Amino acid sequence: MALTIASREVDGVVVLDLSGRITLGEGSVQLRDAIRGLIGKGKKNVLLNMGEVNYIDSSGLGELVSAYTTAKNQQAEVKLLKLTRKVHDLLQLTKLYTVFDIKDDEASAIASFK
Amino acid sequence: MSGAKSGRLSFSLTSTMESVSEVESAAEKLAAEAGLDEDECFHVTMAAREAALNAVLHGNEYDPAKRIAASFENTGSALVITIADQGNGLDPDMLPDPLAPENLLRGCGRGIFLIRSFMDEVHFRQLHPGTELTLVKHLAPAAEKT
Repeated sequence: MALTIASREVDGVVVLDLSGRITLGEGSVQLRDAIRGLIGKGKKNVLLNMGEVNYIDSSGLGELVSAYTTAKNQQAEVKLLKLTRKVHDLLQLTKLYTVFDIKDDEASAIASFK
Repeated sequence: MSGAKSGRLSFSLTSTMESVSEVESAAEKLAAEAGLDEDECFHVTMAAREAALNAVLHGNEYDPAKRIAASFENTGSALVITIADQGNGLDPDMLPDPLAPENLLRGCGRGIFLIRSFMDEVHFRQLHPGTELTLVKHLAPAAEKT
């Protein structure tokens, strides 16, 4: 299933609800465009809800890293919410778990940006 | 695509993302039919996908004149998947370590690492031109399975 992205704003935090696969050709470009669009509009706090992301490949992992660095370069922040087990395991394997601020609960994730 | 040949499926594929999906599907079917559990199926499927991605993107660089050769076999003791491109060749010893602190924030360079992490054996062979990756997942003897 290709990636779908729904955007909403909660207490100054843009939450992107992601669903599907983040892979080359099936989501990585959409995610990149979404992040760059938000950062370009001056949004500083972005939370990627990964609860419905069932698959990510090396390209998708690279896209998450790019989102993180793009945000950081603009004094913005991207955090991850609700990793599925497979995505969690991949982030651990690749040590990206040490890079991202990862939350399990949306309310505390929103609060953590303040 | 060519047909099955004594239990070994062989494909000749274009250098496109559709081919990556074909490889992924074939690997998933091979792993499922071998009775691997969900995690092992995921590992084999992802490793095959990453190898195919590598061949299409970095090997053949989407060149329509170049083909990807893929084969899938259950030997009884192992699943053996080969993916070959017709590109300029890949030296696995020259790949940067994606876990090194200076590489953690790179946007690429994790594919071969994931393949090696998920398979029991990974072999590289230079084809001049091209590179062939052989991915092996050992199967537990039937008596050891619960």
